[in-house]
Amino acid sequence: MRHTLAVLVENNPGVLARVAGLFSRRGYNIDSLAVGRTDNPAISRMTIVVEGDDRVLEQVTKQLHKLIDVIKISDITADEYVDRELVLIKVSAEPEKRGEIMQIADVFRARIVDLGRRTMILECTGNEGKVKAFEESLRPYGIKELVRTGKIAMLRGSRYTSITTNGSREDE
Amino acid sequence: MEKTGAQIFVDSLMEQGVETIFGYPGGNVIQIYDALYDADINHILTRHEQGAAHAADGYARASGRPGVCLATSGPGATNLVTGIATAYMDSVPLVAFTGQVSSALLGRDSFQEADITGITMPITKHNYIVKDISELARVVKEAFYIATTGRPGPVLVDILSDVAAARTSQEDCGPVNLPGYRPVTEPDPEQLNRAARAIARAERPVIYAGGGVVSAGAHNELRLLAELILAPVATTLMGLGGFPGDHPLALGMLGMHGSKYANFAVNECDVLIAVGVRFADRGTGKRDLFARDAVIIHIDIDPAEIGKNVEVDIPVIGDVKKVLAGLIERLEKKLPGAWQEKIQKWKKEYPITYEENGRLKPQQVIREIFKVTNGQARITTDVGQHQMFTAQHYTFTRPRTFISSGGLGTMGFGLPAAIGVQVACPDEIVFDIAGDGSFQMNVQELATAVNYQLPIKVAIMDNGYLGMVRQWQELFYNRRYSYTELINPDFVKLAEAYGAVGMRVTRPDEVASALREALDIPQPVVIDFVIEREENVFPMVPPGAPLNKMLG
Amino acid sequence: MEITAAEALVRCLEEEKVEVIFGYPGGFMIPVYDALYHARIKHVLVRHEQGAVHAADGYARATGKVGVCMSTSGPGATNLVTGIANAYMDSVPLVIFTGQVPTSQVGTDAFQEVDITGITIPITKHNYLVKSAQDLPRIIKNAFHIATTGRPGPVLIDLPMDVAQTRINFEYPRQVNLKGYKPTYRGHPLKIAEAAQLIKQSRRPVIYAGGGIISSGAHEELLKLAETISAPVTNTLMGLSSFPGDHPLFLGMLGLHGTRYANIAVTECDLLIALGARFDIRAASKFDAFAPHAAVIHVDIDPAEIGKNVRVDVPIVGDVRLVLQELLPLVEKTDRSEWLARIQELKEQYPLRYQRGNGLKPQLVIETLYRHTRGEAVIVTDVGQHQMWVAQYYRFKRPRSLVSSGGLGTMGFGLPAAVGAQLGVPDQQVILITGDGSFQMTIQELATLKEQELPVKIFMLNNFQLGMVRQIQHYYCEGRYMAVDFKFHPEFITLAKAYGIKGYTVRTEEEVQEIVPQVLSEPGPVLVNCLINPGENVLPMVPTGRRIDETFEC
Repeated sequence: MRHTLAVLVENNPGVLARVAGLFSRRGYNIDSLAVGRTDNPAISRMTIVVEGDDRVLEQVTKQLHKLIDVIKISDITADEYVDRELVLIKVSAEPEKRGEIMQIADVFRARIVDLGRRTMILECTGNEGKVKAFEESLRPYGIKELVRTGKIAMLRGSRYTSITTNGSREDE
Repeated sequence: MEKTGAQIFVDSLMEQGVETIFGYPGGNVIQIYDALYDADINHILTRHEQGAAHAADGYARASGRPGVCLATSGPGATNLVTGIATAYMDSVPLVAFTGQVSSALLGRDSFQEADITGITMPITKHNYIVKDISELARVVKEAFYIATTGRPGPVLVDILSDVAAARTSQEDCGPVNLPGYRPVTEPDPEQLNRAARAIARAERPVIYAGGGVVSAGAHNELRLLAELILAPVATTLMGLGGFPGDHPLALGMLGMHGSKYANFAVNECDVLIAVGVRFADRGTGKRDLFARDAVIIHIDIDPAEIGKNVEVDIPVIGDVKKVLAGLIERLEKKLPGAWQEKIQKWKKEYPITYEENGRLKPQQVIREIFKVTNGQARITTDVGQHQMFTAQHYTFTRPRTFISSGGLGTMGFGLPAAIGVQVACPDEIVFDIAGDGSFQMNVQELATAVNYQLPIKVAIMDNGYLGMVRQWQELFYNRRYSYTELINPDFVKLAEAYGAVGMRVTRPDEVASALREALDIPQPVVIDFVIEREENVFPMVPPGAPLNKMLG
Repeated sequence: MEITAAEALVRCLEEEKVEVIFGYPGGFMIPVYDALYHARIKHVLVRHEQGAVHAADGYARATGKVGVCMSTSGPGATNLVTGIANAYMDSVPLVIFTGQVPTSQVGTDAFQEVDITGITIPITKHNYLVKSAQDLPRIIKNAFHIATTGRPGPVLIDLPMDVAQTRINFEYPRQVNLKGYKPTYRGHPLKIAEAAQLIKQSRRPVIYAGGGIISSGAHEELLKLAETISAPVTNTLMGLSSFPGDHPLFLGMLGLHGTRYANIAVTECDLLIALGARFDIRAASKFDAFAPHAAVIHVDIDPAEIGKNVRVDVPIVGDVRLVLQELLPLVEKTDRSEWLARIQELKEQYPLRYQRGNGLKPQLVIETLYRHTRGEAVIVTDVGQHQMWVAQYYRFKRPRSLVSSGGLGTMGFGLPAAVGAQLGVPDQQVILITGDGSFQMTIQELATLKEQELPVKIFMLNNFQLGMVRQIQHYYCEGRYMAVDFKFHPEFITLAKAYGIKGYTVRTEEEVQEIVPQVLSEPGPVLVNCLINPGENVLPMVPTGRRIDETFEC
C-alpha cells in the first residue's frame, strides 16, 4: 500500500542526499518526493510517497527518525488531507484542435500557460487521480513533453504538522 | 545451458578479454571465487583490498586496458574506497567488483554489509548493484563500456551473493542501453577551425599537455603538432611521458614544483593550447593570473572540464587524438623565431638542479635510476617529496612509463601499483620510487610481489620524515614539525622478512653500483636510500601565488 | 580573545576531556597539526589512517570513552572509511576530523579533494562539513553529543583549510540544540510492566544479551536480573564480556558458531528477553525460525532495531540499563529448577570440544591464555576463525574486555585496535589474538606499537591461509580451495624484529604451555607466532539458512 509521509527536516545542505540515500540503501521504494522550504526558512518539508506494507513503513519511519536532520515525520495516509500535484503538459495543438483542447482544459480547470505555433503548454493542479485523468484526456492529441512536481499534502481542518507539536494534534 | 550468476560473471570477463584480476576473497564472493577456480583468468591475491585496487589501477595505467579488482562485501568493499577514488581523480579505467549480502539480508545492517554503491557515488564514474541475475551480463558489459570510453574512470559493480548463486538459462544479455551516456569523440569542425586560426596567428604558443594525452594515446599527434608549430610543451604531473622529456621543445612539468622555464613560458605565452588537462590547482598556481595574456584553447573529452577552473576562449570537445589530428591537418609548418630562442635561453638559465654537498640526495638517486635504466623503466611513485623529485629529475620519454597518483595524491599507491604494472609489463623494468612514510602504508604487498615473483625494485627515499608536510612546516609554520617525524622499521630486515632482497645506501658514491646490483637480481629488491633529512623540493610556487613567483 | 578555528578545535577537545588523538598529518590538515604542536593532548602518529580510526575505535571500546582520530583530506579521509564503517556497525562512539581543501576549491576536484561527507553518509551517525569557522565549536559540541548518546556511533567533521585558519571569538557552547535528535532513555512503564508479567508467566526464559549491555553499562543489572529470575544468559559476539563467562547461568555465544546448548536453549525457550541485541543473521540464522516457541521482549535504545528482523511481542525503547533498573523491582525471585536442569543437561551433553593431537590446536592456545590471565585480560581480535575460537574458549569476566569487530567483520582491525586499547587501559594486560591473514592487513602499525612502547602481547594463530574462507569452501564448494592459500608467507619473527619487536614461534602444546606465562610477564610488545593445525575448522556450525539448533560438530 502507498503511504504519504510529511517530513520536516532542517534545511541543511545534503539533507536530500541523506534521505534519498537511506531509501536506496534500505531498499524502500519512493513513489514521489517533493521538497521545499516552510514558512520557517531553517526548516524544509518533504512529502514522500512510499510503497510498502506496515512493517516496511514502520522501518522507514524509524530509520528516517535516526537521521539527525529529520525533525518530525507524520504518516498522514489515514487522516483527512488535501494533496496536490502540479503538472505541465506540452501537447500538439494544430489550430483546428485548439478548441477541443481548451474545452478539456476547462473541464479540468487547467490553464494555458504557453501558446506556440503547433503546441501549447497546459498547467493543471490536483490530486493524483485528476492529474492522471487530465493526462489521459490529452494523450490522443500527442503529448510532446510532460513534467510533474510530485505530490505535496497537508492535513485538513485545524490539525497541523509542525515542529512545535509532538505528533499532529487538534489545535486549541 | 543453465549457468550460475558466478559463471556469467566469469564468462563476461572473458568476453571483455580480461586476463588478470586482483582480489581478496571473503564470505559473500564465495560463489564467484568458486567459478574463478575453473576459469582461465589469472587471479592475483593481495594482502589487503587496497592493494588490489591500486594494483588494478597500476595495471590499467601501464597497459591502457581496464584494470579489474574483486573484493568481498563490507570491509572488503570499503577497503577499495581509496583505490577507487585514486583512479577516479586520475581518470583510470577500473572495474571494481564487490560481493554483497543476499537479497533477504540487504538493508538490514547485516554481517559484512556496507552500502558500497552509496559510499562510492562521489568517486565512481558510475556504479551498479545487481539484484537480479537477468541483469548481470548486461551490467558487466556496460561497466566495461563506461569505464573505458569517453573520459575513462572507475565503475563499481556490487553483486548480491544470491545473484551469484542463482541459475538461469538466459543466453542473450541484451544490448548496452545507456541513453544518458553518449560521449562526444568527434570534434566540431568549426571549433577546430577557430582553434587552428588562433594557433596560426600565435607568436608565443605553449602547449600544456595532461593525462588526457596519455589516456587517448595521442602522444604521436602531440609531438607532430608541437614540431609543426614549434610550440614548447609543458606537461602536468599526469601528462609526464605524453611528450618526450628529452625533446628540445620539452619544458618538463609546470606548476607548484614545475620547472622555472615551464612556468615562465606559460606565464608569457600568447596562445595556450591545453590538451587533456583540467587546470588543476597544483598546475596553475593562482588561477586568475594563469596565462593571463593568452588565448586559451582547451581540448578535452569531458565538456564539464571546460571553463570549470579557468575561462576558456576556444573549447574543443572530443577525443584528444582526433582533435590533434584535425589541428595538424589545418596547420602549416612554422619557422623558429624569438620565442623559441627565449625558451632555449630560459632552459639554459634555469635548469632543474640541486645542490651537491657530499651527502646523499634524493635527486641524485633518481638521476642515477634514470641512467641505469636508460630512461626506459616503468616508474611508479608514492606521494610526497620523492614524487616531485621524480617528476623533476627522471626524464620520461614514453607514455605510460610514469605511474603516479596525481589528483588524489595517495600515499601507499606506489608498491601495489608497481605490482600491477609488472603484471601488465612482465618483461620491463619496474621501479617503485617511494618515501619512507608512503612505503609503510601498504608494505604488506611486498608479500604479494614475492609470492608472484614479480621482480619490482623499490627505492625508498628515507628521510625519517613525512617530508612534504615537514617542508611546509619549515617554510610556512616556523619549523614547528608537528608529528611529521617518523620512527621507522629496519627496511632491510623488513624486506628480508618478506623474502625480498634488502639493501641500504647511505653515500652518494654507492648509488650507481647498488642500483646496478639490484637490477641484476631477478627478485623484488628494496633499497633503503638514507637521504639528507631536510632536503626541500624546489622550485616551488607558494600556495596562492602565481606561477612566475617561485621559491628556490 | 580571538584564536584560529584550528586552535579552537584543540580547545574544544580539551573541553571534552579528550586525552588522546590518533592521526596522520597532511597538507590541508597542517593548521590543525600546528595547533596541536603545543597542546597537552597526546597525539599518536599511526602509519596508515586506517590504523588511526581502528585505534580510536579500540580505545573507545576498551574505555567507554569517545575515540578521536584525524586525517588529512582526500586519501587520508578515504583511508578512514573502513574504520568508520566498522565503528558504525558496532555502535562505537567516535569523533573523526578530516581536513578539506579550502572552501573556494570545494567541488572542483582539487588536489586531495574528496567528498568525504557524501561518502560517509551511509556509515556515520551524522557528519558535518564546516562552512564557517564560527560554527566549529557548536559543531564539535554536537558531534560529541551525538556520538556518545542514544545509540552511540561515529560522527565525522570535515574542516576546510581556510576555515581552520580563520580567527574566531572562542566560546564553547554549554548546551546542544538539535531539533531532530532526542533519544528515548526511559522505557515505557506499561511495556516494562508487561515484560515483568511475561517473565512471571514464563517457565523457560532465556536472556539474549548483546553489545547494548556493554555500551549502556548494564552488566550489573543483567547479572541481577538473570540471578533473580533464574534465566540462562547467552551473548552475541558483541555482548561477550557483559556477563561472567564462568557463571553457571552462562550459555556462551549463540548463533552460527555458538555453543550447541545456547542454540538449543534459545530454540526451546518460551520467553526470549533480548537486551541490546539486534537479531543479526549470524546470531539468528533463520529469522522466522528463531526462538520459535518464545514470546519476545526486546529492549533497545534504537527503535529502528525493534521488529527489524524478528517479530517482537513486547518492544521497549530505552536505555537498557535504565529499563532494567525499572524492571528489576517488578520481578520476583523465581525458582526454575526444571529449566535449569534441562540447561545443565544440554551443557553436559553438548560441551564445546575439540580433538587434541594432530599438531597444535588453536583452541588450546586460547584456553591456555585464559588460564594464565584468569579471564582478566583485555582480548583484542581480528576477524576469522581465531575470532570465533576466542568467542568460544575465552571466558570473559569484565565488560569491555573483548575488543572485536562484530558487524562489519573487518580483518586488520586487531593490531591498531590493540594499540588504542592499551593506550586506553595502560594498567591492564592487553592481548591481541589474530590470524596470519588479518595480521598482514595492517601490519604497518607494528611501528606505532613500538614507537609508543605498548606492552601488547600478540598471539598469531598461523595456519598459513585464510582459514574461515577455506572452511566455507570446504563445506560449500566441495573443497575447491581458491585464493585462500597464501603460497608465500613472510618470516613473521624477522618481520617483528624489523620493527624492533621480539618474537617467538611455537609449534607444540608444550611450547605453548611454556611460552604463554613467559611472554605475559615480559615487558614491551611481543609477537608469538603459533603454527596451528591448518585443517582445523570452527565448530559447531549452523549451516546457512538452517535453524540455530541444527548445528553440526566434529
